Amino acid sequence: MWDLLSAILIKNGFVAGLVFVGFLMWFSYWLSARFTHGHIHGSAIAIGLGLLSAYVGGAVTGGTSGIADIAIFSGVALLGGTMFRDFAIIATAYGADLKAIKHAGLAGVVSIFAGVLISFSVGALVAVAFGYRDPVDISTIGAGAATYIVGPVTGTALGASSDIIALSVAAGLVKSVLVMIGTPLVASFIGLDNPRSAMVYGGLMGTTSGVAGGLAATDPALLPYGAMTATFYTGVGCLLAPSVLYITVRALML
Amino acid sequence: MAIYGAALLAFCMLTGVYVGDVLGDLIGVSANVGGVGIAMMLLIMLSNIKSPYFQLKPASAAGIAFWSSMYIPIVVAMAAKQNVFSAVSSSAVAMVAGVLAVLVSFALVPTISRIGDKSSPASRSEPRQ
Repeated sequence: MWDLLSAILIKNGFVAGLVFVGFLMWFSYWLSARFTHGHIHGSAIAIGLGLLSAYVGGAVTGGTSGIADIAIFSGVALLGGTMFRDFAIIATAYGADLKAIKHAGLAGVVSIFAGVLISFSVGALVAVAFGYRDPVDISTIGAGAATYIVGPVTGTALGASSDIIALSVAAGLVKSVLVMIGTPLVASFIGLDNPRSAMVYGGLMGTTSGVAGGLAATDPALLPYGAMTATFYTGVGCLLAPSVLYITVRALML
Repeated sequence: MAIYGAALLAFCMLTGVYVGDVLGDLIGVSANVGGVGIAMMLLIMLSNIKSPYFQLKPASAAGIAFWSSMYIPIVVAMAAKQNVFSAVSSSAVAMVAGVLAVLVSFALVPTISRIGDKSSPASRSEPRQ
């Protein structure tokens, strides 16, 4: 019985993924209405439960793809993969306000550069505080605090060891998970309620998955603005971290 | 037909990702530079064309609206496939670096939002509930 069912779920993985996520959404919106009277948004609960299920998947299988490492849930990886994520994010731009984007253009551009610089500096300072003295190690960990793509790209370019690169990926993962969970909690304190601040927020945070999850849980109408700037961040980070930022670190550590 | 909207959306994505890759190549980084952002700008521009020959009918726009409405479930699926176990059980240096980077970045959102803002800053800084 179970063998037959699990074989069907694995064979039709993508469809099984739709059922899994659909159930998770329904359950989350029910929890939101029943126990919080809608104060905690259903999508915020759904993302929280998604992260929780990812933790369980990782703990049970020891894999790196969360719940998708359990064979019957493998379709979740396709549904939540980069291809569909980017496709859906771009779709939200349909009907976005072009005037608002132009109006916040300068602040958006500044936020991307400021975001890379700040996250790198914070990560580098933490590395120094933990006793790292090699400029390559410091820069790789700093780059990881930008995003979990900038970290390994920088580490590879500078010839960092694989354990330092793993550390930089971990720092980026912590950042992306915390942005998803933290954004709805801090939104009202940082004025995240209009297209302008959403663009600045996207540029400062830079992690596309963090920003996509954070804005989904806060106000989905703000997503196109945040995603627009966030997608430039990783490119700018890969440009600055192994070059000017590394040279600066090396000069400071001598 | 819904496929017209979906195909337009797909065309924008592929074009944007291609331009983003070319940009990355030009500045010499092995990463996509703003591919999704470029695709979004392209979609906004194409959907704003006011030409009788190029007008997205409501039935065609439904092909875009569907994917837009799937964004939250897709993000939930994305959350469910993250390597949360490794993030939670990572070493102290990765944890502290990640957490501090987020906190400092959050704190700077209001400051940078004021750059180039022509509307009165006093009324903007009031919390709007």
